[in-house]
Amino acid sequence: MSLDGTVGAAPAHPTAPHSRPSALANLLRLRELPVILALVVLVAVTAALNPLFLSEQGIKDLLLNATILMILAVGQTLVIITRNIDLSVGSILGLVAFGTGSIFVAAPNLPIIAVFVLGMLFGAVLGALNGLLITIAKVPALVITLGTLYIFRGVNNAWAGGTQYFAGDRPEAFGNLSVDTVLGFPVITLIAVVVVAIVAVYMLGTRPGRDLYAIGSDPDAARLFGIPVTRRVLLAFVVNGLLAGLAGVLYASRFNSVGATTGSGLELDVVAAAVVGGVAIFGGSGTVVGAAIGALLLTTITSALTALRVDKFWQQAIVGILILAAVVIDRLASVRAARKLRMLEARNV
Amino acid sequence: MRFIHSGSTRRRAAFAALATSAALVLSACGGGAATEGGGAGADGEQTITFIPKQLNNPYTDVVLGGGEDGATEAGFASSEVVGPLDASASSQVSFINAETQRGTNVIVIAANDPDAVGPALEEARTAGAKIVAFDSDTNPDYRDLFVSQVNAKDVALIQLELISKQIGGEGEIAILSATANATNQNEWIKFMEEELAANPEYADIKLVAKVYGDDDDTKSFQEAQGLLQAYPNLKGIISPTTVGIAATARYLSTSEYKGKVALTGLGLPNEMRPFVEDGTVTEFALWDPAQLGYVAAFAGKALADGSITGEVGDTFEAGELGEREVAEGGIVLVGPPTVFTKENIGDYDF
Repeated sequence: MSLDGTVGAAPAHPTAPHSRPSALANLLRLRELPVILALVVLVAVTAALNPLFLSEQGIKDLLLNATILMILAVGQTLVIITRNIDLSVGSILGLVAFGTGSIFVAAPNLPIIAVFVLGMLFGAVLGALNGLLITIAKVPALVITLGTLYIFRGVNNAWAGGTQYFAGDRPEAFGNLSVDTVLGFPVITLIAVVVVAIVAVYMLGTRPGRDLYAIGSDPDAARLFGIPVTRRVLLAFVVNGLLAGLAGVLYASRFNSVGATTGSGLELDVVAAAVVGGVAIFGGSGTVVGAAIGALLLTTITSALTALRVDKFWQQAIVGILILAAVVIDRLASVRAARKLRMLEARNV
Repeated sequence: MRFIHSGSTRRRAAFAALATSAALVLSACGGGAATEGGGAGADGEQTITFIPKQLNNPYTDVVLGGGEDGATEAGFASSEVVGPLDASASSQVSFINAETQRGTNVIVIAANDPDAVGPALEEARTAGAKIVAFDSDTNPDYRDLFVSQVNAKDVALIQLELISKQIGGEGEIAILSATANATNQNEWIKFMEEELAANPEYADIKLVAKVYGDDDDTKSFQEAQGLLQAYPNLKGIISPTTVGIAATARYLSTSEYKGKVALTGLGLPNEMRPFVEDGTVTEFALWDPAQLGYVAAFAGKALADGSITGEVGDTFEAGELGEREVAEGGIVLVGPPTVFTKENIGDYDF
């Protein structure tokens, strides 16, 4: 487990007076640094080769592409930090997206905000189902959510059949959320940014947020320490479901059609985004901001490779290399941090 | 990886097994089929089964609706639809095998891959089934007939005609297709490329890219986006697939390219209606998909009765659509493509 910027509140590093870290050193230790650097380099190189990449429409497209994955990655991060995983998010998104399409057809005059609330509640219920199965039945999340991945998708297939709802079936104002911009940012991207900010503050500054890290670092110790592990893990799954629900509603706003296969296979992109963003798959460390930037990086790679006319088939290989790189960097960082800690302790004794 | 739990190992294993098998059963159901009609006829009553590229695809649903009507009118004792939920190359094989075991008389299939289904279809034929390919052909060795929506060349040419008209006969164009190995898509693209090279009217049109959206809404959307970024001078896009054209239309209509970049291809009127109304798309083409299934059912009946063998020149009655003749290569044509515009799109509901 890596130790930087994770377990315990702010002063994670026992610092001896003579080795007070400068602001620069803090910056260099930032878990998100590699992914931020990769993103900057990628955008700079692509824009140098194809100036259209950073045109107004180009930037808008980049942000729109990242929005949905970003929200899903934030939710997934909460779950992964507790040393769990949720593979059913693609199916939850699909169900909520189709549900959103159905609501607008059944009740065209429902206020848009009500549809958002309903979609998020629907997602939260599905997330709670995952959470309850995992915490009560005490079965590994990998197995439970693999099961619910198929169950939710099966329900979606049975519910939707060949029916698809199109953008034309939904109010124009709803679709415009993905078209209109405020200060150059598409509205749905702003929603995602707000989500990232709220969850980031919650994770850093509140007791339950810190508890999630403690649970992921050492579940048994967390229990002994008196942390309500079951309740917190359940909370992580409910919030993840809620965010997947939000992503589902936004999907229906952005894309043309929602149907039986909407969101299939998305779960692996989401986990990849979190891992690339520095979230350790074995729990206990990582931040939602990192995961969000990871999502931005992955979707930007797709756009960059297309803008540079690189063969599509290379793209997956590059994503794979990034995941491996993220894991290696994480490993190196944690080894170094552990050695440093040991040395500091030895000196202090 | 360690997870949070404290239950006994055995109980945990039991739960895991239960969850896994539940998942398996459910996914099997999910991957299964909407079954209609009775079982396979063992008493001389003829049965027909349709295996589309994938279930729950709106276009396929219209085709299959026509197929079921045709099967009833042609006099099949029962008709069924089985098929995979994903349009991958090998996903149809297990369904073909199951039909062989049931002794189904006629299998109507839209191949996801012309060769991957070959051995399974061979087996079915050995067991006595007649094979009719429709929508997307198999390798001709593996089927008795291919019912083609329209002449592949006509489909290709009409799309070129439309795009040429829309971009004023010159400029860069791109093609946004379905999967890279879809038989029908590749045939149309091949004809388009040949025509672009051969026809002097198209001398000023340059095909700059072929991209694949895998008939997935999200992927097609991003491919459309990428095309416009990679080719700043792009004047038009041809998308010969209903998913691709709709996704591209959605992107164009929500971006600064609306009205500036032309889009045409093959689309479903219901799906394309808002984009024709808002001016993103002016004209696109398609045949009546229901007729495709309808003719395939009658072709299957004629084969099963032994009234035709699939030789060139064989003719059969296709219900209310009249007589159809088997052409070179064992191909039966359904009809000419229809062009949809703002004026006539209101007359169609599929």
